[in-house]
Amino acid sequence: MSIANELPFQTPVYLDNSSTTRCDPRVVEEMLPYFSDTYGNAHSRSHAYGWGAEKAVDLARERVASLVNCKPSEIIFTSGGTESCNLAIFGAARMYAEKGKHIVTTAVEHRSCMDPCRALEREGFEVTYLPVDTNGLVTAEQVAGAIREDTILVSVIFGNNEVGTIMPAKEIGAVCKDKGVIFHLDACLGLDTETLDVDADGIDLLSMSGHKMYGPQGIGALYVRRRRPRVRLRALNLGGGQERGFRHGTLNVPGIVGMGKAAEICKETRDAEKVRQTALSKRLKDAFFAQMDHLYLNGHPTQRLPGLLNISFNYIEGESLMMGMSTLAVSSGSACTSATLEPSHVMRALGVGEDLVHTSIRFSLGRFTTEAEVDFAAKECLAAAHKLREMSPLYEMVKEGIDLNTIEWKHD
Amino acid sequence: MAYSDKLIDHFNNPRNLGSMDKGDETVGTGIVGAPECGDVMKLQIKVEGDKIVDAKFKTFGCGSAIASSSLATEWVKGRTLDEAYSIKNTEIVEELALPPVKIHCSVLAEEAIKSAIEDFQSKKNAAAAEG
Repeated sequence: MSIANELPFQTPVYLDNSSTTRCDPRVVEEMLPYFSDTYGNAHSRSHAYGWGAEKAVDLARERVASLVNCKPSEIIFTSGGTESCNLAIFGAARMYAEKGKHIVTTAVEHRSCMDPCRALEREGFEVTYLPVDTNGLVTAEQVAGAIREDTILVSVIFGNNEVGTIMPAKEIGAVCKDKGVIFHLDACLGLDTETLDVDADGIDLLSMSGHKMYGPQGIGALYVRRRRPRVRLRALNLGGGQERGFRHGTLNVPGIVGMGKAAEICKETRDAEKVRQTALSKRLKDAFFAQMDHLYLNGHPTQRLPGLLNISFNYIEGESLMMGMSTLAVSSGSACTSATLEPSHVMRALGVGEDLVHTSIRFSLGRFTTEAEVDFAAKECLAAAHKLREMSPLYEMVKEGIDLNTIEWKHD
Repeated sequence: MAYSDKLIDHFNNPRNLGSMDKGDETVGTGIVGAPECGDVMKLQIKVEGDKIVDAKFKTFGCGSAIASSSLATEWVKGRTLDEAYSIKNTEIVEELALPPVKIHCSVLAEEAIKSAIEDFQSKKNAAAAEG
């Protein structure tokens, strides 16, 4: 970080907003009093500390509800996106198991949805994992075709966390309404730039994450439809009956306050941010493609989260590229968990060649990303990439006209 | 993950980066790994008598793989074929302080050395058989 003083921004430049976002200073400011001034339990009905906390939670609930156009009483606060998704899927499946034991989902879900589905299979449920096209999309027709008599839940990711593709939520919602099946949308990503309306989009359960929308970590929310139809869930835990009995436990008041403020800011700024981030990520992408060959944009070319670019730098291994651009904070494009070194299920589902999977980088821009940072990132990344191309035996072979697919590789 | 200074130095300033003529009969070439595994190492040696007088590498792989192959070229230079053949991956692990998840990079580097030596020897044997 030695060059920090010479640049008009902090390094490493943060381009990993799909992992987590910086907590907006306006959010932090709003949260502060609830740690040590108004520190009551929101369920304490007998004194001002509790009333103050309850009032703050009520306001936050209104703000979160307003973001997705539902009633405040339909918002359940959780510990984060993972818990929201778990509660939606386990909660609905176990509540409606007598009606049917079939679930429809996709092959590109986040693990906080995929793993509950896998676990439900072990509980005797049957799950259909819809394949995606090479852009990462499922169609509403696919969903309609997969729904059976015994289908009780459709669960789909909204903005994909690895490749950025945005699923046709509204069309899928319409199919679910038509067939009378509960629709869960995992909208942990995208609420800062996209507009979702639970009524217009036919959503029954909607998962949200505080720290992906410039709120704090450790807080999330789940929208649970109360009317037409009234959706019920089996809680994951037992306790004091908070959150209408769907989610027991003392409320995280500062977190909830922060999430409320974050939701309010997102609602105010999402349209402008969508335009701004689309332009910024285009600038970054154009810089890459103008100055380097053999690049591939993974995910849908247009129907995508505006700030997310997943690019394969063919013939360069992604981890080495990240090491080469230590002035940038980015993620490996395949969320290839470094513990396993296995390409992710998402990239596989898109049919991205295994060779390309290892070469992908995820750049995720956000509310605080500036044009100067994008230009710096392009320069730093290209310098590292060109250096690594010179080191790559694969690039050398391709330049010699060798088709890499014809080579019999020696490996264990 | 924090890498050792030595590893980072090899990554930032790779030694003996480049290629030699594969057709040259004094050159042995080893290519190991596979693109779908995320690692491909090409290591080449130039041999005079039974001594390795020069070495070059190109690597597609993570920073640890690049550093391991860079180090391997440095170590084989000036050694006899037998000495180079006996280099163990564990020595590379130790020198670069590779974390457990990166041990396979050192294994690959050892294989690349052996593969280059075997390539040189099979070329030499073929030439002897022809002559």
